[in-house]
Amino acid sequence: MAAPEAGRRPHRAAGGLLNPRQLARSFPDALRKLDPRAMYRNPVMFVVEVGAVLTTLSAIRAPGVFPWVITGWLWLTVVFANLAEAVAEGRGKAQAAALRRTKTTVTARRLTGWRPGGADAVEEEVPGTGLRPGDHVVVEAGQLIPGDGDVVEGIASVDESAITGESAPVIRESGGDRSAVTGGTKVLSDRIVVRITARPGETFIDRMIALVEGAARQKTPNEIALNILLASLTIIFLIAVVTLQPFAVFAGAEQPLVVLVALLVALIPTTIGALLPAIGIAGMDRLVQRNVLAMSGRAVEAAGDVNTLLLDKTGTITLGNRQAAAFLPVPGVDVEDLADAAHLSSLADETPEGRSIAVLAKQQYALRARGEGELAGAAFVPFTAQSRMSGVDLDVPQGRRSLRKGAATAVMRWVRDNGGHPTDDVGHVVDGISASGGTPLVVGQVTRRGAAPPDARVLGVIHLKDVVKEGMRDRFGRLRRMGIRTIMITGDNPLTARAIAQEAGVDDFLAEAAPEDKMALIRREQESGALVAMTGDGTNDAPALAQADVGVAMNTGTSAAKEAGNMVDLDSNPTKLIEIVEIGKQLLITRGALTTFSIANDVAKYFAIIPAMFASVHPGLDRLNLMRLHSPTSAITSAIVFNALIIVALIPLALRGVRYRPSSAAELLRRNIWRYGLGGLVLPFLGIKLLDLVLQFVPGLR
Amino acid sequence: MSDTAAGWLQAAVLVAALALSYRPLGDHLARVLGGGPHWRVERLLYRAAGVNEDTDQRWPVYLRSLLAFSAVSVLFLYAFLRLQDRLPLSLGRAAVPPDLAFNTAASFATNTDWQAYAGETVPGHLVQMAGLAVQNFVSAAVGMAVAAALIRGFTRKRTRCVGNFWTDLTRLVLRVLLPLALLSAVVLVAAGVVQNLHGPLGITTLAGGHQSLPGGPVASQEAIKVLGTNGGGFFNANSAHPFENPSGLTNLIEIYLMLVIPVALPRTFGALAGDHRQGYVIVAVMALLWAGSVALTTANELHRVSSPAGHAAGAMLEGKETRFGIWSSALFAVSTTLTSCGAVNSAHDSYTPGGGGMTLFAMMLGEIAPGGAGSGLYGILVLAVITVFVAGLMVGRTPEYLGKKLRGQEMRYASLYLLTTPALVLTGTGLAMAFPGERAAMRNPGPHGFSEVLYALTSAANNNGSAFAGLAADTVWYNTVLGVVMLLGRFLPVVFVLALAGSLAGQQPVPVTAGTLPTHRPQFAGLLTGVVLIVVALTYFPALALGPLAEGLH
Repeated sequence: MAAPEAGRRPHRAAGGLLNPRQLARSFPDALRKLDPRAMYRNPVMFVVEVGAVLTTLSAIRAPGVFPWVITGWLWLTVVFANLAEAVAEGRGKAQAAALRRTKTTVTARRLTGWRPGGADAVEEEVPGTGLRPGDHVVVEAGQLIPGDGDVVEGIASVDESAITGESAPVIRESGGDRSAVTGGTKVLSDRIVVRITARPGETFIDRMIALVEGAARQKTPNEIALNILLASLTIIFLIAVVTLQPFAVFAGAEQPLVVLVALLVALIPTTIGALLPAIGIAGMDRLVQRNVLAMSGRAVEAAGDVNTLLLDKTGTITLGNRQAAAFLPVPGVDVEDLADAAHLSSLADETPEGRSIAVLAKQQYALRARGEGELAGAAFVPFTAQSRMSGVDLDVPQGRRSLRKGAATAVMRWVRDNGGHPTDDVGHVVDGISASGGTPLVVGQVTRRGAAPPDARVLGVIHLKDVVKEGMRDRFGRLRRMGIRTIMITGDNPLTARAIAQEAGVDDFLAEAAPEDKMALIRREQESGALVAMTGDGTNDAPALAQADVGVAMNTGTSAAKEAGNMVDLDSNPTKLIEIVEIGKQLLITRGALTTFSIANDVAKYFAIIPAMFASVHPGLDRLNLMRLHSPTSAITSAIVFNALIIVALIPLALRGVRYRPSSAAELLRRNIWRYGLGGLVLPFLGIKLLDLVLQFVPGLR
Repeated sequence: MSDTAAGWLQAAVLVAALALSYRPLGDHLARVLGGGPHWRVERLLYRAAGVNEDTDQRWPVYLRSLLAFSAVSVLFLYAFLRLQDRLPLSLGRAAVPPDLAFNTAASFATNTDWQAYAGETVPGHLVQMAGLAVQNFVSAAVGMAVAAALIRGFTRKRTRCVGNFWTDLTRLVLRVLLPLALLSAVVLVAAGVVQNLHGPLGITTLAGGHQSLPGGPVASQEAIKVLGTNGGGFFNANSAHPFENPSGLTNLIEIYLMLVIPVALPRTFGALAGDHRQGYVIVAVMALLWAGSVALTTANELHRVSSPAGHAAGAMLEGKETRFGIWSSALFAVSTTLTSCGAVNSAHDSYTPGGGGMTLFAMMLGEIAPGGAGSGLYGILVLAVITVFVAGLMVGRTPEYLGKKLRGQEMRYASLYLLTTPALVLTGTGLAMAFPGERAAMRNPGPHGFSEVLYALTSAANNNGSAFAGLAADTVWYNTVLGVVMLLGRFLPVVFVLALAGSLAGQQPVPVTAGTLPTHRPQFAGLLTGVVLIVVALTYFPALALGPLAEGLH
């Protein structure tokens, strides 16, 4: 597994800035999308296309510079919208192409009649595409795994860089939660037998290709709702423009078709209409760049709505292992002696706990590691499940010294058996540590000198505790400001759980949790209307992953878990849920901000176009020409050109997403209203005026 | 006291009176709509009508009940008008012609009270009392019932039921409108409004001329005319007539009465939603829009003397009663166009282009500030839904209002609501302007003539009922088109609001967190105001440019 924070992001495309080559590459796609059968899915841009057809016909019948310029820019408006979508898709296409390359045809070594432990399986070579779920295949070092499945025999290191981009090999073994293998990845060592779980064409890589390509793209619920609002605004403006003609005729200023279409296109929310598909695709793409595969856009949206986050304690909130935090000597023992004894007893202890003791001793008491030569006659006693302690026996002048550390009861019994009498103090310290959620390790010492009765006593206690990952408290604080409640799930007892929950700053915890408790918790939260997100990897997580609104399965997990979740994290980093939530929110914010921007834009366009249309018959209306635009034709042209160019200008924003900083809803709203509401109101006044300053010199538009 | 001081004073008294009645009336409405035991007299009515008062209706059933009731109202009123010459107390007046009868029936059943006839010559006393006045009560109650259903959509969970139309209607009439109307009528009589069953009284004046003094049950009708935001006058001159509105005091009382129920309904909303702050936000937006409109209109009338008559008189007093003057006329004009009441105490046609344009714009806001009885609340709540949707996206969540998510279904109904009125106004005006015969009904040329037509359609589609005057609207074409527009402008939005209510009621509310868009703060009030203004301005800007703006800008 990649280290959480240092996870490389090999798929990450170049930041937000638009690359001209990318635009050029996507241009043919943008033209292909002009097909009305594809356009009608986007009602706003479809209206623009119909308008462009109308003005084309009108310009053919009554040619002139003005009608042709307007017609040209209307077509460009549609093309720019398609370009936004094509660029967004283009990023996915490049990725899909890379993935496809890994999908070379593989020959599978199918085992017929394989049985666990049985050796009577018959091996035959079949094409990888001929495999069916339930088939068994054998894969050896250097070979590609022919299809998705679970390891049922053996252990191997596998190079999964084809899908994760992570070059360090990962271990895949039968049984347990690391059994899933993906077709197209390469076994580097050893030999495994894999039971195929996916039909050809429906493998993980196939789904991944479809996802990044957007082939399976469907409108998400929020996109549908927004489209309804945009469509109804379009209809309102359509009615307003169509009925304007009889009013204009009455006023003695009948308008040419070109002008009416220009007014309509300027009013309908083309900015958001053009960028809406790109925003959705880019949202999915941002997840892919973080090595998360969302199975549907709906899941990404749901992530923004999450109210409750379920996080497993181990590996997510805390580092996987407990670490030594303090040495607590019993009265009469020097803390340095205890640290030294603990250090000595852990020298050969290669468990993470043991290493952490050495580290603590070294850091706090400057005890350096001692080489073997320095310790005379050292005999290390390894940990066993029976003795439940480990330690070392050393030669000391005129005798031999034994040091043991381990579970309190085990070490105390060992001391008593050697004639020692541990005081009650030890019990108090041990209970205190347990109560605070830590794990006590007692250090005992027996010194034998000649025939004298051994001197057996307890030196003190090592306080081991779960170490909360750095920065977790901040992250949970951030989530709280976003209105998201975090619940820690742990198998620990409530006491321990509470202590860790407090230290990590989570809002709630579920202690001694069995898989069915997790399920019940999700149900309870959902009953109260909350949306729940969780991560999981094991087979027993699968029902909960399926029940959760956002279920992120770890790529290292079982295929059952990956099936059940609606996202897969290729880095298998559980804290990524937080980023996923932020991306979901960012997606919705981008839509809202550009909608606001788009509608606010209309004000300036009205002030450009209405005086241009009617100042000839009602000279007073020229006072609405706030921008003092040069002439009616230059005013209308400027508005239409601005309307088209703003789409291109905002493509990077649509792809990158509006910057999101976690904060309360009221604060976010204030910032976005100022930036996109007020910005949307003011910017077109400036833009149209600037365009007019240039366009007034174009012959035919004067 | 100077005009200015009196003007400010009456506005202050009005606002204070409305503030005083906000809580008690809003809470009373909440109790009436919140359930509780039935009165004996109500049970008798339910038995007589064959209604089971204890069932809860799903939204389509609620809608069917409402539509059936309104259809019967229209047909009954139509028959009444057509047959009035055979009924008592008709003062010998003839049967109303079919197109006018249809127009009037549609008008009163939709709470519009557009009058293409003159009250002095067309309906007799019986039609006024048993036909028009009855509709004044029940059409107001229908609007409030729809508002109640929408509130229930927000407050209920996991049900498709939005209340019982028949109990809502009965309770609103018996427990709210009748007592208040009775009280108001007595006050108006005491203040000088006439109340009798006389026919026209012929008298000889001192100069020897003959004059006909009309009489009738005016005060009783006047009370519900304003209280139910109906606006259909007993006389042709409506509240400019001295028998309907004799003094500055009655003028102020009438303005108060048209505002009192729509202003109190947000309190009811807050009370039933369990958070009074939600109600304060809504009423604050209403107050802001109202105060702004009053200020703009009054300023225009005071400082923008534009007509020849205005220049001759030194003030814009053409079409205004001298006993009210500019301040009281402007206050009345804005209040009546913002409430879907449509009673008038002055001729909006004679206002400055800015002032007249403001009355037009006030109706275009969609009758939400504070709007009609019930329709004001549901109108502004639908706009709040749209606001929450756009603003909610900007905080990064699927938007939710009072814990209810705004998804495709909710947005479909809200969008259709938003679409209906502008479509009716603009299509209707477009048609009228396209036909030379209908254009001829204008009595003024140019932009002002266009404003007259635009005003008529806006008034009908928004169920306001006031007229710009200057348009000869009693033609078969206008009677039919305006009648249809009034019906569609009333009942299409009702369909969408009830569907929205049903869809909201079916949801499980989402818990409120720090990530939820707060809808109880000034921030949201500002946002809602902005959305209302921008949506309306964008929709009607071209039309307004060719009417009041073309006329007013030089």
